[in-house]
Amino acid sequence: MSRRFTPKVVTANHLMEGDAIWLCEDDSWTRDMSRAEILEDVAHADLRLLHAQAQPHIAVGAYLADAEPTPKGPQPTHFREAFRTRGPSNYDHGKQAEADL
Amino acid sequence: MYHYSDFDAAFVRERVAQFRGQVERRIDGSLTEDEFKPLRLMNGLYLQLHAYMLRVAIPYGTLNGRQMRQLAMIAKRWDKGYGHFTTRQNIQFNWPKLADVPDMLDALADVEMHAIQTSGNTIRNVTADHFAGAAGDEIADPRPYAELLRQWSTDHPEFQFLPRKFKVAVTGAEADRAVIRAHDIGLQIVERDGARGFRVFVGGGLGRTPMIGKVLRDFLPEEDLLPYSEAIVSVWNLLGRRDNKYKARIKITVHEHGVEEISRLVEERFAQIRPNFSGVDQQMLAAIRKQFSLPDLDDRPTDGFTAAYDSDPVFRSWVDTNVTAHRRDDHAIVSISLKAHGATPGDATSEQMEVMAALAEGFGHDELRISHEQNVILPHVARADLPTIHATLREAGLATANIGLASDIIACPGMDYCALATARSIPVAQDIATRLDALKVERDVGPLKIKISGCINACGHHHVGHIGILGLDRAGVENYQITLGGDGTEDAAIGTRTGPGFAYDQIVPAVERLIDCYLDLREDPSETFIQAYRRVGMGPFKSALYPEKEAARAA
Ligand code: HEM
Ligand code: SF4
Repeated sequence: MSRRFTPKVVTANHLMEGDAIWLCEDDSWTRDMSRAEILEDVAHADLRLLHAQAQPHIAVGAYLADAEPTPKGPQPTHFREAFRTRGPSNYDHGKQAEADL
Repeated sequence: MYHYSDFDAAFVRERVAQFRGQVERRIDGSLTEDEFKPLRLMNGLYLQLHAYMLRVAIPYGTLNGRQMRQLAMIAKRWDKGYGHFTTRQNIQFNWPKLADVPDMLDALADVEMHAIQTSGNTIRNVTADHFAGAAGDEIADPRPYAELLRQWSTDHPEFQFLPRKFKVAVTGAEADRAVIRAHDIGLQIVERDGARGFRVFVGGGLGRTPMIGKVLRDFLPEEDLLPYSEAIVSVWNLLGRRDNKYKARIKITVHEHGVEEISRLVEERFAQIRPNFSGVDQQMLAAIRKQFSLPDLDDRPTDGFTAAYDSDPVFRSWVDTNVTAHRRDDHAIVSISLKAHGATPGDATSEQMEVMAALAEGFGHDELRISHEQNVILPHVARADLPTIHATLREAGLATANIGLASDIIACPGMDYCALATARSIPVAQDIATRLDALKVERDVGPLKIKISGCINACGHHHVGHIGILGLDRAGVENYQITLGGDGTEDAAIGTRTGPGFAYDQIVPAVERLIDCYLDLREDPSETFIQAYRRVGMGPFKSALYPEKEAARAA
């Protein structure tokens, strides 16, 4: 019996800036995780990951990360993924400084 | 200091030009990431959690004012105005953009610096005692040997695809400030019957399987250094486990085959290749050595220094912790702490780098060092100039008087930057230092080394911390394991785990309990934390750490 599939998002680092990006439903990439496409089906998730991996000019090291679907869009479930949405904790740098969060 | 030969300069420029082409081809799509990744790693460029990271080599931690200014400029122009000095005597820039990296490398080449061989399975940046050439207790300056090893290993055809990375450290004193026993090869300059040579340690290393290096040769004549090192690397190159990267380091090879067998193989190989070294290396060494001669130090009166020391308690406390004896009495070695309480260990802003550069140029014979403890050193300053230096450092927020104390913490970037991390380490260091400052206990506590890594790779040297902290991911939550009794000096030891780990918000109180416990049980203030630990063992510290368990057992 296979384990229940937990919802995922496709994420990667941007080739030029190196920062975290997430794949959206319309095939664009976003720097705001809550706008990413939430993937609740394993076969669809694999397809979306393949799609991301076929875009090496944008996305480096694409992978599926656990996410929780919420009314405000997908949210991280693991602290590592949460840090990727914000930036380092020692300075106000990275996404927390750029976006109006 | 060492200056590039024409060959070095052309080599570095060519590597930058090559890399510029590679970056262009990666961006225009003609190189895949799989093809590009090894190329960027060879040029010190990593992809981390939030951005790229460029790691710049500072060979044996020595640089001059102009180079420090250039690092400041690079940080300001292409990064976020600061740099992170590491335990490998490198500097890391945390926010470069891919397209800017070739320009950054060119700017480095302008001042004879580069990012080559800061990564990959090669012989890495050779490190040396940061007090080299200045320390009162040194037999000889280790840096000429470090430079000789660097020249020999850089782009050495046999050693570009080793089983794993390979790290060498050299020290010229019995007091080990370069952690040589935690390196693949550790070299200690020794003298025997008037002849100079090395005690050679092999197979030290931290990471997943920490090991203290073992003595492979008690005395290696100076002129045998390169052939003997080559013999070690080549024996390991053949025997080293390429099937499993966790077993590939020479520490595992030495562990699996035993130091006697390795010694036999190395001696055999050494006998074969020794004749190929015709003495050219010794001529090279002689030429290199000239570039490391002690600067001309003027005789300077010290009464001004003594007066300031006697009258100004802030200056006195800084001198007591941050100033070390120089080989000349009227001079001193200054350690500039990059560990202001609550700041990120090892970080310096561009402005601070410029202040340090100016101090080196004005008062320090244009020399700076980076220590593996992530501080910056002015190795040759007149005691007479110390009050002025101290005042300048104070204005720049660089006069924290805590070298060797509990808040002089080594911490790796951890999960604030590093893609491999399992937990954060920087905020733990910040919080411990802030707490110590609030308690005002650290001068009473005295020498205490706290070292923190954000994963088992042990970049923060936690295994050799008196108190070591390892951040782990336990079921999706940050958890911190403590080890006690580690030591990175000539009394090297790997720390022992205390027991279950602590949650993020419990680690600072846990460290505080350890420090309180030490203060309670020490025989007198001259008994340091590590001495007390060696005397009483784990027991009392464990009871202090896990009071509930203690209570349960008593019930
Ligand atoms: C942030 C990017 C970094 C990455 C990806 C990284 C990666 C690694 C890895 C994978 C190892 C283990 C290698 C092995 O055991 O074979 C290692 C070891 C080490 N790293 Fe890092 N590191 C990083 C940053 C740093 C920094 C900032 C420092 C200095 C503060 C550092 C100092 C060291 C040291 C001293 C070791 C040696 C441990 C040993 O002897 O095995 N690293 N690093
Ligand atoms: S110890 Fe781990 S977390 Fe820290 S820098 Fe090294 S690889 Fe990264």
